[in-house]
Amino acid sequence: MTTQLLLSGNEAIALGALHAGCARGTGYPGTPSTEILEHYDRLGGAAEWAPNEKVAAEVALGVAFAGARAMVTMKHVGLNVAADVLFTCAYSGIQGALVFVVADDPGLASSQDEQDTRRYGLAAGVPVIEPSDSQESYDFTRLAFTLSARWKIPVILRMTTRVSHTTAIVQPSDKIEAPISPHFVRDIPGRVMIPGHARIKHRELRAKLRDIQDWCETEGPNQLLPGTPAMGIVSCGVASQHAREACPEASLLKLGMTYPLPFKLILGFLENKSQRFVVEENDPFLVEQIRAAGGDVPWNPEQYRMGELNVERVRRILKGDSTPEPVPARGRPPRLCNACPHGYVFDMLKKHDCIVAGDIGCYTLAALPPLSAMDSQICMGASIGVGLGLRHVLPEAEARRVVSVIGDSTFMHSGLTGVAEMVFNPPPTGHVLIVLDNLTTAMTGQQEHPATGRKLDHTPTTRILIEDVVKAMGVKTVLVLDPVRQLAELESAVMKALQSNDLTVIVARQPCLLAAGRIRSYEKSSPTNP
Amino acid sequence: MKTKKTTNIRITGLGGMGILKGSQILAEVLFQAGYDVKKAEVHGMSQRGGSVASDIRFGEKILSPMIPASETDFLLVVAPEEIEIHRGALRPGGILINAQSFDTVPLPNRKSLNIAMLGVLSRHLDIPVEAWQKVIRTVFPEKLQAVNLEAFETGRRLPQ
Repeated sequence: MTTQLLLSGNEAIALGALHAGCARGTGYPGTPSTEILEHYDRLGGAAEWAPNEKVAAEVALGVAFAGARAMVTMKHVGLNVAADVLFTCAYSGIQGALVFVVADDPGLASSQDEQDTRRYGLAAGVPVIEPSDSQESYDFTRLAFTLSARWKIPVILRMTTRVSHTTAIVQPSDKIEAPISPHFVRDIPGRVMIPGHARIKHRELRAKLRDIQDWCETEGPNQLLPGTPAMGIVSCGVASQHAREACPEASLLKLGMTYPLPFKLILGFLENKSQRFVVEENDPFLVEQIRAAGGDVPWNPEQYRMGELNVERVRRILKGDSTPEPVPARGRPPRLCNACPHGYVFDMLKKHDCIVAGDIGCYTLAALPPLSAMDSQICMGASIGVGLGLRHVLPEAEARRVVSVIGDSTFMHSGLTGVAEMVFNPPPTGHVLIVLDNLTTAMTGQQEHPATGRKLDHTPTTRILIEDVVKAMGVKTVLVLDPVRQLAELESAVMKALQSNDLTVIVARQPCLLAAGRIRSYEKSSPTNP
Repeated sequence: MKTKKTTNIRITGLGGMGILKGSQILAEVLFQAGYDVKKAEVHGMSQRGGSVASDIRFGEKILSPMIPASETDFLLVVAPEEIEIHRGALRPGGILINAQSFDTVPLPNRKSLNIAMLGVLSRHLDIPVEAWQKVIRTVFPEKLQAVNLEAFETGRRLPQ
């Protein structure tokens, strides 16, 4: 028997992937998913940060096409970026195994929305597995690889913030699978998704899902926890832990696979129960499907759709108490660090009453008082497109105040196509883009990206220089300035650019205060190119 | 004889105060003592000075990782300004361990306040002092061990 370990859900996934013979883990950092690949790397797994989730998923798909097992990790909104891969690799299927680990953030601890990844499983026809604690994070990761390999289909492991970041006891399995030796087997009709092939593959996908549903009915990772026959609760994920604690006397059907659902099992469980409940976090995903299948369960999504569940909220659901909920006391919000280089840039933009199309990263905190110096933030890379749109239609005097601001990691993730648009369709007043380059992915805990010149494990690789890329793409005026030591020059460059009708990109480069020491030590041990 | 009932401990403060380090030590000590334990916290923003809270629950079998309202047995408040946000989480008769207890107590380093507060907590838990010392030695690099062991001892001896 192996020894027990105390692991977070994310750490348990990394260990599970390693024990499942995963050959490569790819991803893009995003709370609450980031620690999975970092831990996988520490355990000796081959892990990489890709420029974004779409590329990460494509690399993982290539690994799986080669017959090996792959994992790709991301936060919920990352799957929007990788969705194009997901939908069509559901058709093509895979040779080895492919697991999408996607971490949702109900309650928005560190995200821009509360979207529910399970909907992607339903929409794309990809099985969804949901752990409720660290032990299941380990076990279900292994199961996800097994199912993916058995049915040659990608599988989503859906995490939530609370499961990813709760530490609990894990008993790892004795059985460790060796990685499969990859070998290329040509399968043109299976992997070239032109219409003639895809029509056939769509039928195959639906047949696989029917098989998986049958398997789930009898052998799926579902647990029946006995209780009073009068009251039945169907639940999944961490919500099932809250439900068991809130009402230990109820019978509980805990679903480990939430797509495709085992309807016979669920309807059989609900039959003859005088009180029937579904307890789930985020969207009414189980409820909608169970009701559509003829299950008589209450429709009350307003009681759980927003925010995280906890034991009290589950008690309210079970009591049917829809009185207004007590508002939890909020602590101090996060803020830009004192003397953060980003702060200098935003102070300057505010002084000149700029209209700031912003982006995603630490610098989004500049939108909060007292700075209040960012006017929009939607998704990774949107600063550039939104800034251009504003410029195209605003009256000239206002258009000339519009500045797009993006961070270095976000620029590599989704800024390049924005620059292509800027050069391709420039507004009459031109545009100004400031890249806040603090030489790390600061927000998620200082991960590397293609413009740092270091890989996930901080060893050197070719560094992409943002200024060289934008010059090569056709931007005529490109400046690199230190926002702390060259603030006056930065200010006059921005003022000049706002008055001209040209395209200007200013790279404001100064290392993140929290990362500077570490960056220095990496550079000392192995200098990066160029 | 280990307690079968669930005990709930919350450690709270601001980013940079070692809340997560303190809760890591506590969870590890409880795990090694043979309890079921869950430790829940929300990461991501802690480095940027925001409020940080970590819930540690232990006993025979832990279900929800989050402490239900007003069921906290021990509330450790490392940043005094956070008290009002969490006071309601304490159960009637629950014990508040406040950083202000150390206002006039010399600590080898104020950065070890989180560990000193674990020292105060350790008096209330049925775990031998050696078990705490062992974990403190494992989680800190060698040069920080002595200062943290001393802070722990200072807290453990603090008059109640």
